[in-house]
Amino acid sequence: MEKTGERARREGIESGVEGFNERARRALADPELHDSIALFTRKTLKGRAARLAELPDAPGLRERAYHIKQETMANLDRYLAQMADAVEERGGNVFFAETGEDVVRYVGELARKKGAKVITKSKSMATEEIELNRRLEEEYGELELEVVETDLGEWIAQLAGDAPSHIVAPIMHMNRRQIARVLSRVAGEPLPPDVRALAGFARRRLREKFLAADIGISGANFGVAETGTICLVTNEGNGRMVTSIPPVHVVVMGIEKLVPRFEDLEVFVQLLARNGTGQKLTVYTSFITGPRGADELDGPEEFHLILMDNGRSKLLGTEFEEALYCIRCGSCLNVCPVYRQTGGHAYGSTYSGPIGAVITPLLKGDREAKDLPHASSLCAACWETCPVGIPLHDLLLKLRSRQVEEGLAGKAQEIAFKGFEEAVEHPAAYRAGARLGRLVQRPLVRDGSVRRLPPPLSGWTDFRDLPPLAERSFRELWREGID
Amino acid sequence: MRVALFIPCYVDLISPEVGVSVFRVLRSQGVEVVYPEGQTCCGQPAFNSGFFKEARGAARHFLDVFGGERFDYVVCPSGSCTTMVSHYYPFLFRELPEDLERAESIGGRVREFSDFLSNVLGAEEFGARLEGRAVFHCGCHQRRELGVLEEPQRILRNVEGLQLVGWENEELCCGFGGTFSVKMPEVSVAMADEKIRALEKSGADTLVSCDPSCLLHLKGRLDRTGHGVRVLHLAQVLDPRRGRVG
Repeated sequence: MEKTGERARREGIESGVEGFNERARRALADPELHDSIALFTRKTLKGRAARLAELPDAPGLRERAYHIKQETMANLDRYLAQMADAVEERGGNVFFAETGEDVVRYVGELARKKGAKVITKSKSMATEEIELNRRLEEEYGELELEVVETDLGEWIAQLAGDAPSHIVAPIMHMNRRQIARVLSRVAGEPLPPDVRALAGFARRRLREKFLAADIGISGANFGVAETGTICLVTNEGNGRMVTSIPPVHVVVMGIEKLVPRFEDLEVFVQLLARNGTGQKLTVYTSFITGPRGADELDGPEEFHLILMDNGRSKLLGTEFEEALYCIRCGSCLNVCPVYRQTGGHAYGSTYSGPIGAVITPLLKGDREAKDLPHASSLCAACWETCPVGIPLHDLLLKLRSRQVEEGLAGKAQEIAFKGFEEAVEHPAAYRAGARLGRLVQRPLVRDGSVRRLPPPLSGWTDFRDLPPLAERSFRELWREGID
Repeated sequence: MRVALFIPCYVDLISPEVGVSVFRVLRSQGVEVVYPEGQTCCGQPAFNSGFFKEARGAARHFLDVFGGERFDYVVCPSGSCTTMVSHYYPFLFRELPEDLERAESIGGRVREFSDFLSNVLGAEEFGARLEGRAVFHCGCHQRRELGVLEEPQRILRNVEGLQLVGWENEELCCGFGGTFSVKMPEVSVAMADEKIRALEKSGADTLVSCDPSCLLHLKGRLDRTGHGVRVLHLAQVLDPRRGRVG
């Protein structure tokens, strides 16, 4: 067994992939993880295929979605203003948050003003992205807030101290037995690894929190500009408990979640459910427009919409804009052969899989997520499956290119590819290189294969055989005449 | 019909026998074949690593070499290298109109080997014979960018003695991914191992593909882990003089 330090040094070929490899190695050593992922993806992809096959024109729907998003992004400022006006007209409050920090401040101060103790949350990747829970509890410690995730998977992840490992299925990295261990700890008694028993325990515990909550925080799957409506799709009903029982409802919505018209939801709601979970519609599809009206029985007294930028608007009009078209269905994770091996935690970021490898560097910076654009074999399964048609593999390539332009690829690669270009542009040099290779390889060939090469090529020969350069190249055979 | 052969660099240098078989199959169909000798590499390794400037250099060289030839089609025994020229040269030159025009003119005539046989020549039966039980691995570029998935399988079904069988999750990438295979070797190998497990489960003794780079990867792993699976490029299956190198 090699030492980790040696490994890291050997990878010190300035390819900038150390972090991912290290985390991926831990994932690869966990056979239960691979089984959990294979099980989930098989089920979801089967459902997805069946639900898409039912549509009269699935490719047409995808086209429409792409064009709606394209048009939305081209006029995002106008639509955001329209959305804000519509919400305010219905008696809601709107806050534009440039950063995650702004969101934390707004929610923290609101909690202070309301004297809140318990905050319930429905599943929201936007709040995961800014680590809202941790920061509220730490930065507003004096308020002694109890922030409770109420999506079953998110709750278990929170109790286990884990980050979600999948956009849609946050604890896809755990199986029944692991979940039973986490919940037994909370229950103070051993719970059987039985789905019904575990869900029953969760329901009892969460019910107490739903009723005690002072503030409910949700994300938004979509926000409709023309009506100011928030659309939430859930399967457990917890979303409705969070958005209607507490006196205050706060929505944290990434600005890219906007659609211009209510009728656009016809396109997106079906695409999200069919692609994300293989359902025609999720069990609950909720439309929330402002606080409780005078003539309404349910709903919060106060409604706050936080429109969060956090790095998104700088992508508008750039070659990376398509990354904003994502509707967070998780389909690209389910088909990704890299994700399939490593799971979400290897990415070391809130968003994992192909979309995570694209938006993490875009939102956080190339240097902060240097390894992620390389965590792909560019097989393009992500693009093929994306319900909105985002060319994720092309965006990964553009990100790799941007790293090179920023000098992040490292000297070794710069020299290597300069040499590559020289050889490729000069056939004589290419042939001379091949002749030299044949000479140099002689001591390395054993039983007709090259068993060991120096770094970085050891990345190949440590795990696979490599045939030696042929005695005669095709060009030489051609010249001699092929019979 | 005049065809210019585009033999990828690693076929030229490591597995020239694939190029030889391609030539023989084309010749057997009465195709006039030329081989532009100035060709080297299409530039994909640089491109996939984000070195677009260097990749453009390689692309211009390719376009110079093939632009100097007279041909109806360029034929290449790799779905991946075909895609580099047909899809990614236009991507690389999307903001350079002069290069773009040349890239599109040549790129539009580059065809992957089985695509050319089936869709240009209309030939899917070659009188080939090979005993065995085979699975077909479709390279990802060929599957998704080129959409040439059924053609090679129809051709294989016409091979006498060969039983083509399906295998689990056959749409999964083999894990090669160019420099990905050395930058993230453990993940890449885990991907290959999953393919190999599916191969074992299928009971096949032969693995066929139209992408020599996928085969290089899978064979490298099969050999290292002591699997005696026969690994062949489609052209080698069809080669009327199979087994002869020169």
